[in-house]
Amino acid sequence: MASMRDIKRRKSSIQSTQQITKAMKLVSTVKLQKARNRAEQSNPYFNHMYQTVTSMLARSGSLNHPYLKGGDSGKKAIITIASNRGLAGGYNSNVVKLVTESGMAKEDIQVYMIGRKAEELLVRKGYEIKADYSDVIEGPTYEDATTICKDVLEAFSKGEIGEIYLAYTHFKNTVSHEPKLMKLLPIEFDEAELNEVDNNVLMNYEPNEEEALDLIIPKYLTSLFYGALVEAVASENGARMQAMDSATSNADEMISDLTLKYNRARQGSITQELTEIIAGAEAIS
Amino acid sequence: MAEENKYFQLQIITPDRIFYEGEASMVEFNSVDGELGVYKHHIPLTTVLAPGIVTITESGGQKEAAIHAGFVQILGEKVTFLAEVAEWPDEIDVARAEAAKARAEERLRNHAADIDVARAEIALQRALVRIGIKQ
Repeated sequence: MASMRDIKRRKSSIQSTQQITKAMKLVSTVKLQKARNRAEQSNPYFNHMYQTVTSMLARSGSLNHPYLKGGDSGKKAIITIASNRGLAGGYNSNVVKLVTESGMAKEDIQVYMIGRKAEELLVRKGYEIKADYSDVIEGPTYEDATTICKDVLEAFSKGEIGEIYLAYTHFKNTVSHEPKLMKLLPIEFDEAELNEVDNNVLMNYEPNEEEALDLIIPKYLTSLFYGALVEAVASENGARMQAMDSATSNADEMISDLTLKYNRARQGSITQELTEIIAGAEAIS
Repeated sequence: MAEENKYFQLQIITPDRIFYEGEASMVEFNSVDGELGVYKHHIPLTTVLAPGIVTITESGGQKEAAIHAGFVQILGEKVTFLAEVAEWPDEIDVARAEAAKARAEERLRNHAADIDVARAEIALQRALVRIGIKQ
């Protein structure tokens, strides 16, 4: 049986760890709230964007635009959004898993990385990191999204990459986040969804349709990407909040277990002392 | 004859917020092809915005806002702006805009090989719009 002193020391170390996890949980709860608000505020913009683009494409499905056809290059870019910090349960490794288990050959993948933790994992596994924008995740703005999107689209129009994917964590609600791999380019839409679009209005485009598409699709991608960024931040804090919550309750469990052990050890030592005294007294008399 | 309701629904949405939502009788703005004024029952049109001032005519008067980059979808009774950046005049910091203007002009004048001319031009345009709406 461990000595009383050992148990006591162990207990106080767990207690101080618990204080840290508790504080971290509170911090992520606040951050989550903020991030969730931002995610919700960006929703109407994205929804309108999506509607506009689907209705545009529904009417002009036969357009022979590179954004719809994909490039000739076999290379695939994956924009991966994870976190700069750990201690968020499986958050980072789940995103990494999306990339490693995507079924694409490692040699064909170029990773545009956001989030240092996941970057370390991917580098260790031998993936090519094309660019790193990790600082963005601390406070994503629409401008950040625009710059990154521009970089990736430039590589696409130069023919360096043929397809663009986005790996991020979709924020469903506070407790459930779902890692998601999404194809950005070439754009694919559900046939069913396209058919639902109201075709009765004859839309005019200014400048002409193709030029408008040229200008609007990057904006559409940027809005998708921006949405993914803010959702990822919300998911990260949600995941951290959950991880820290379970760490705190685990610590509680351990502390009560150790308290029991400590009391038992204390009682044991008292009993032992008593027996020794009694035995000694008996030996004298 | 009863006067027909001349107001249509107008929405200006940016990635961060719903910037404006209300009823307007006319809206004027800059598209890449030139200035455009929209009344109710305009033909359906999707067009790309150029940086400029949007003037909204409501029942209570006119409102102005600076808008940079984005596009507009006009559907008879409903006009939706999807703008990347939109600002009311009181949100604009003139000193900052002046500084940005000076910086952009400087870049364009020096014409160093490594600068992005298109970007500097856009920056200059933005600064000019911001300053313009304040006056």
